[in-house]
Amino acid sequence: MKKRWSAIWLLLFILIGWEAAGRWMEVPAWLLPSPLKIFQAGIEDWTRFYLHLLSTASLSLGGFLTGAAAGLLAAVLLHRVPGLRHPLYPFIILSQNVPVIVLAPLLVIWFGFGLLPKVIVITLVCFFPVTIAALDGFKQTDRDLVHYFTMSGASKKQLFWKLEVPHSLPSIFSGLKIAATYSVMGAVISEWLGSKQGIGVYMTLASSSFRTDRVFVAIFAIMLLSLLFFFVIVLLERYFVRYQRKELR
Amino acid sequence: MMAQLELQNVSLSFGEKQILDSVNLHVNQGEFVTILGPSGSGKSTLFHLIGGLLQPEKGSILLDQNKITGERGHISYMPQSASLLPWRTVLQNVILGQELTGVKDTAAARQMLQKAGLAGYENAYPHELSGGMKQRAAFIRALLSPQSVICLDEPFSALDELTRLEMQKWLLSIWQEHQKTILFVTHNIDEALFLSDRIVVLSQKPARVLREFEVPFPRPRSEEILLTPEFLEVKKEVYYTLKQGASMS
Repeated sequence: MKKRWSAIWLLLFILIGWEAAGRWMEVPAWLLPSPLKIFQAGIEDWTRFYLHLLSTASLSLGGFLTGAAAGLLAAVLLHRVPGLRHPLYPFIILSQNVPVIVLAPLLVIWFGFGLLPKVIVITLVCFFPVTIAALDGFKQTDRDLVHYFTMSGASKKQLFWKLEVPHSLPSIFSGLKIAATYSVMGAVISEWLGSKQGIGVYMTLASSSFRTDRVFVAIFAIMLLSLLFFFVIVLLERYFVRYQRKELR
Repeated sequence: MMAQLELQNVSLSFGEKQILDSVNLHVNQGEFVTILGPSGSGKSTLFHLIGGLLQPEKGSILLDQNKITGERGHISYMPQSASLLPWRTVLQNVILGQELTGVKDTAAARQMLQKAGLAGYENAYPHELSGGMKQRAAFIRALLSPQSVICLDEPFSALDELTRLEMQKWLLSIWQEHQKTILFVTHNIDEALFLSDRIVVLSQKPARVLREFEVPFPRPRSEEILLTPEFLEVKKEVYYTLKQGASMS
C-alpha cells in the first residue's frame, strides 16, 4: 500500500516545492504560474474548458481505437501472410521517421479540416508501438510449445489462435500502453492544425494571449487524460493476463 | 505381433553432417520401447522425424502399415520440458491434445487428473505446480490425446533423483492400466532398463542402431530390481554397448 502512494507523495512534494520556490523568487505569473494559480485558473475556466477536454478525450479515444486496430491488423498480416514481413517492415519503421508536425499540415491540404486528418495523425502515432509489440510477441513464441503444437497436428489457425495470440498478449498490452499515452499527444497535435474545439485549440489560444496559467491547465489535463487511458489499459491487462499476475505476487 | 510403428532405413543429414544412418526400429502394439543413446546422438531428431517436423532423406515411417513419412499429427508427443501453456489451467492444458485433433472429453480428463494425484489442481495454473506435477500433467495430456502411440522425449531428465524414481513408477502403473504403445527416449541406462520391454541402443554421430536388448524382468516391476545382480548384469552389457557406440565416432 505504501508503495502505491509513493508517487502521490512525490507529486505533492514537487508541487509544494514549486509553489514555495515561485513565491520565494517572485516569479511573474506569465513566466511560470504557481500550482495554486494554475488550479484557480482551471476552476475559473472550467465551464469553457471541459468542452475542450471532452472533445480531446473523445478524439483521442477514437484515434487510439483506430490506431490500435490498424496496428494489430498490420501485425497479423505481416506475421501470417508469408513474404509480406520482409518487404513491408522497413516501411513501417519509415512511417515513424516523418515528423508528425510536418505531416499534419499536408494531411489538412489533402483531407481538409474534418475528422479524417486528425484520426490519421493519431493512428500514425498509435499503430507503430502496437504493431512492433505484437510482431515481437508472435515471433518470440516458445519454440518447445511450437514444436508440441506442430507435432500434435495443429493447423496454422490453431497454432495462431491457441498459441501465438495468447502468448503475445502481455507484449501486445505493453504496446497498447505506449499507444494509449501517445494518443492524447497525437490528438492535441492534430487539433493545432485547425480545429474548433479541443485542448490543442485551448492551448494555442492561451499561449498566444500569454495566459501561461491556462497553458498549464491544458498541460495537466493532457497528463491526467494520458494517465487515465494508461490505467484503463492496465485494468484490461489485469483481466486478460490473469495468470501472470498471480506469478508476480 | 504386428508392429504398430515402424522406421525403415531412415537416414538424415544436415548439410555435410550425417545425423541418422539407416535406422531400423519397430514398436509393437502395447509395447514399451526405449531408445537409448549418448547425448547429442540425434534422439530428439528421431522424434522430430516421426512427428513429421522433418523429412528423412531416405527410408520411410509406417504407422499401422500406413506411410506417415513427413506427416504431422499421427503421434502423441511429450517433450523434454513439460510445455504446458501458462495461460491455461491444468484441466484446460490436459485436454489440449484432444482439442487440436480429437474430441474433448472433460470428464475423462478430470478422472485422469484425479488418478494422477492432481485432484484439486484442475483449476490451478502450471506455475503453481511442482516439477513432478507438471510432468504428470504433460503425460496425461499425451495420454488423453487421440493418437495411439506416445513418444516421450527424456521427460524426467530435469527432475531430481527421488522425484524421477517416483515418476517412473507412476508412469509404469499408468501404462500398465492403459496399455498404450510407448516410444521413450533417454540417456539413462537404469531408467531404460526399469521401464522398457525392449531397448534400442544408438551410436553417436551418425546414429545407427547398435543393438537391441529384450529386458528380461517380469512385470509389475518394483524398484528393488534396480539392486539385483541380474539387473547389474544386463546393465553392464548395455553399458559396454553404449560405450562402444560412443567411441566409434
